Amino acid sequence: MRRLLTGVEVLAFAGGVVFLLFFPRWLSDFRTSQVAYVGIYFIAILGLNILTGYTGQISLGHGAFMAIGGYTTAILVGHHGVKDLWTIPLAGLVAGVAGLVVGIPALRFSGLYLALVTFAIAVALPSGLKKFDHFTGGTQGINLFGVKGMTGTLGITVFGHKLTFNEWIYYLTWTVAVVLLAVAWALLRSRPGRTFRAIRDSEVAATSSGVNLPLNKTLAFGISAFYAGVAGSLFAIATTFVSPETFPIILSLYLVIGAAVAGLGSLAGLAVGAVFIQYLPDLSQQVSKSPGAPSVIYGVVLIVVMLILPTGAGGLVKKIGEPLTNWLFRGS
Amino acid sequence: MAEFWQQVVSGLASGGIYASLALAIVLIYRSTRVINFAQGEMGMFATFIAWWLIVEQGWPYWGAFAATLAMAFAGGVLLERVVIRPVENAPVLTVVIVTIGLLIALNGLAFWIWGGESRSFPSAFSTRPIHIGGVAFSIQDFGVIGVSLGAVVLLGLFFRFTKLGLGLRAAALNPNAGRLVGVRVGWMLALGWGLASVLGALSGMMIAPSVFLDPNMMRAVLLYALAAAVLGGLDSPVGAVVGGLMLGVGLNLIGTYVDFVGNELKLPFALVLIAAVLLVKPTGLFGRATVRRV
Repeated sequence: MRRLLTGVEVLAFAGGVVFLLFFPRWLSDFRTSQVAYVGIYFIAILGLNILTGYTGQISLGHGAFMAIGGYTTAILVGHHGVKDLWTIPLAGLVAGVAGLVVGIPALRFSGLYLALVTFAIAVALPSGLKKFDHFTGGTQGINLFGVKGMTGTLGITVFGHKLTFNEWIYYLTWTVAVVLLAVAWALLRSRPGRTFRAIRDSEVAATSSGVNLPLNKTLAFGISAFYAGVAGSLFAIATTFVSPETFPIILSLYLVIGAAVAGLGSLAGLAVGAVFIQYLPDLSQQVSKSPGAPSVIYGVVLIVVMLILPTGAGGLVKKIGEPLTNWLFRGS
Repeated sequence: MAEFWQQVVSGLASGGIYASLALAIVLIYRSTRVINFAQGEMGMFATFIAWWLIVEQGWPYWGAFAATLAMAFAGGVLLERVVIRPVENAPVLTVVIVTIGLLIALNGLAFWIWGGESRSFPSAFSTRPIHIGGVAFSIQDFGVIGVSLGAVVLLGLFFRFTKLGLGLRAAALNPNAGRLVGVRVGWMLALGWGLASVLGALSGMMIAPSVFLDPNMMRAVLLYALAAAVLGGLDSPVGAVVGGLMLGVGLNLIGTYVDFVGNELKLPFALVLIAAVLLVKPTGLFGRATVRRV
């Protein structure tokens, strides 16, 4: 039974990869860039889900880790001429270390206290970025457009097909997303994943069974921040610009919204959450353009989605999928 | 010294405003373990209604004030019934997301109806200065302190000495036992939302004369109120009030006397301080440590 389920998951994963490979063929250049951003949100939500969905620690400040990743890339590429691709893992590492640093004091906070402390980090970060303008360029930010280290501006040819900038960004983000998804999947279905889930379900029981609580909770924070940092780095490369306004407070809220819509503690709905973040603002704009109306639509849709799917898209997949697999593989 | 006392009094006035919104957040947190991110926008919306009554309909200030509080109460109860009750048993994060959805929707609705321009909101109190011991204070500051603290005291008396207040406390402390002795827990939660909404409306009407009325007016106030609630302990109404006042006075003094911080780093600095306090006391100054049963 378990082996069969794994088989289904691997098949779905392979199918997804093939789909992503050919998807831009049917898309305009503009749409390709939008789907690239979906990939970036996908990575960030994946990271947030590891923290919130698997260890139960709520973070309302993941936009701050994205900002750390984005600024790492921007400073290295813009000020020091490093090639952009090399900065992606570095940005993840810097954000990951920041995550570990936040994760250690976070051990003392529980539940919504932690949520509010992380929220405070996201609120405070833009003023900090403005204050230390020697490194961060202050309110003006750092421009990466046309800088030498940016691979996408060189023009890349694959199998005789010259990629546009947006196609390059698309393939870059989704390659990273697919690799990171595979890593997360392997991680979460083996020992660390079991440990994380044990912590989420009962910290006391987990400790009694010999789980090192501080180590694992901090580790989850670090991994999650690593993912957010990579997402932030890709965001900087895709927009070719960072400023304090690139990573506003609302971004942190959007990520939590995306994670909740995707469904916590499940990897099946991640794409739905990422699509939700990217497209709902646009769709609400299209319904009505009078000032304020799109926000009303956005808020109402969000509330209705949460009322209908309190456990997100992942919960829905589980609800439909479990009886289905049970019925299909009753004999095995 | 004169400047010091002026800063303290105006700090107490803004602190009183943060305290009422923080208290609203704490009321809802105590009964449902959820933080209502829409609390500020609910207050903003009520303040727009008050503005409409006073400026467009020509009502007297205190008449509009009372009518607004009544409408805020009804609105709070209605919101609980319509959007919160269906997700009562969902994970905490789901409910928090619903309140974020409410925040976005209410903010947009105010934009839609009234537009984004700043409007001046009438104050109930004269802006004339009053001289005490050679120092000029504004009467408005004293009025704001009086109204917010008066509301807090009234609410405290209501919780302590009425049967309904007892029911509200029972529903928050132990819903199952409350249900067994005949408390209608569901309605108590709605009532809690109504009271919190009244406090939010109060803070909106008190802050509007000094920051001007617009749909984003309560953003900063909400952040300060959240900080105050966490500082005092999300569990503790007394903590929310003390936290709000401390934050109001502290921010003013830091902004005035600590040169490195100045005005732009005031908020981050306060947040770092609060995080430091929380490291020593993770459940806030007045919060009780939770005892876990295994």
